[in-house]
Amino acid sequence: MTLRLQARELACERDDRWLFEDLDLDIVAGEIVRIEGPNGSGKTTLLKILSGQLADYHGELFWNEMPMRQARDAFLSSLLYLGHTTGVKAALTPLENLAWYQAMAGGPDSEPARLAALDGVGLAGFEDLPTGQLSAGQQRRVALARLELTPRPLWVLDEPFTAIDRQGVAELEARLEAHARNGGSVLVTTHHALRATPALRHVRLGAGNAHVQH
Amino acid sequence: MPMSSTEATVSKAEPATSLHREPSGGLRVALQATFRRDLTLLLRRRGEVLNPLVFFALVITLFPIGISPDPELLSTIAPGLLWVAALLAALLSLDSLFRGDYDDGSLEQLLLSPQPLAALALAKVAVHWLLTGLPLALMAPVLGIMLSLPAGSYLVLSLSLALGSASLSLIGAIGAALTVGLARGGVLLSLLVLPLYIPVLIFGAGAVQAAILGDSITAHLAILGALLAVALMLAPWAIAASLRISING
Repeated sequence: MTLRLQARELACERDDRWLFEDLDLDIVAGEIVRIEGPNGSGKTTLLKILSGQLADYHGELFWNEMPMRQARDAFLSSLLYLGHTTGVKAALTPLENLAWYQAMAGGPDSEPARLAALDGVGLAGFEDLPTGQLSAGQQRRVALARLELTPRPLWVLDEPFTAIDRQGVAELEARLEAHARNGGSVLVTTHHALRATPALRHVRLGAGNAHVQH
Repeated sequence: MPMSSTEATVSKAEPATSLHREPSGGLRVALQATFRRDLTLLLRRRGEVLNPLVFFALVITLFPIGISPDPELLSTIAPGLLWVAALLAALLSLDSLFRGDYDDGSLEQLLLSPQPLAALALAKVAVHWLLTGLPLALMAPVLGIMLSLPAGSYLVLSLSLALGSASLSLIGAIGAALTVGLARGGVLLSLLVLPLYIPVLIFGAGAVQAAILGDSITAHLAILGALLAVALMLAPWAIAASLRISING
């Protein structure tokens, strides 16, 4: 199985201002691509475009050499997107939240898998509390449990380190690196400096142009 | 300034097969899960479920006090009153249909799931009808007594409201989906949706009126059923398209 997400001459305009222009990206298996830039430089917009949520852009997207429009279904079943908002229901317990995501991803209904995923993000013992009663960091961890629950090759993560404590950050970073080592890819925006590894690449946005560097 | 594309320096490792698991459970599992999730959510926020019902009861209670307690006058206007009040009560509950999902980000997850969005939206609308339209239809006969609704039309009232409110939920969900991205979309939602509610109102109230007059009700109910069939066929696609537009905005 291959994994290749390409963007050709990507450009996006917001309120008469170009967030980025002529952005070429080529993401293959085993990479961690960190999108960086100041606030308002279009990081979230770029992630939304690359995850197929926004159609309001110029340029072309390809998934495994196929135009995104044709490859959309295959793309979506390879994608795990964690947005700025957690996508976690405050009135449901972490277990119920994960049960829905498991069903939506087409996985088998398996409570042990959900418990293991919650345990993996340090939420053992909080499975049956309403998520709204948990702290912001714990709510973020419920969303992060999906990384283990639904195995997908491409992770698109928008500020996944928000509200996570120091140890959690280290664990998550290790998880991203492990995912890249296993042949997955990670697209991530964060203000947290990631450890330098051979898999890490940077894309810098800001002031209307974009720099791609190794 | 144009930048050349960069090829990755890392070797293209062959991904482990465990990373990519084809969705196996399919649409039925996703539909059941969405239905169950929305039902649980609404049952945990009972205020939201009770709100339209309380509104319905209050409006109908105030009419005899405000107009006149004369049973003859009340029984003439009862079908229309009950239907208008139920319609407004249903409208009241629409704004929250996708709002919660939009605010906490589960709507974008819904749109990114590999399942067809129209079917998932239909599951959400079904929950809305089950906890709004159906209770309104079951409650209406009790309020009908208060308006001296002639005996023999109670069953028709419930039946027409049950059929009609399903169409109302489906049509209203299109409006709710279109306005979910707006901070205060409530007024716009009413303006968008009310004109489309009028045929349902005419034939719904007409069915009850016909039952009171002793006419045949089959024509009215058949048209309500036809409206529901059309709404069931077209609304899910319209809701899905509207949600995509709202998320794009």
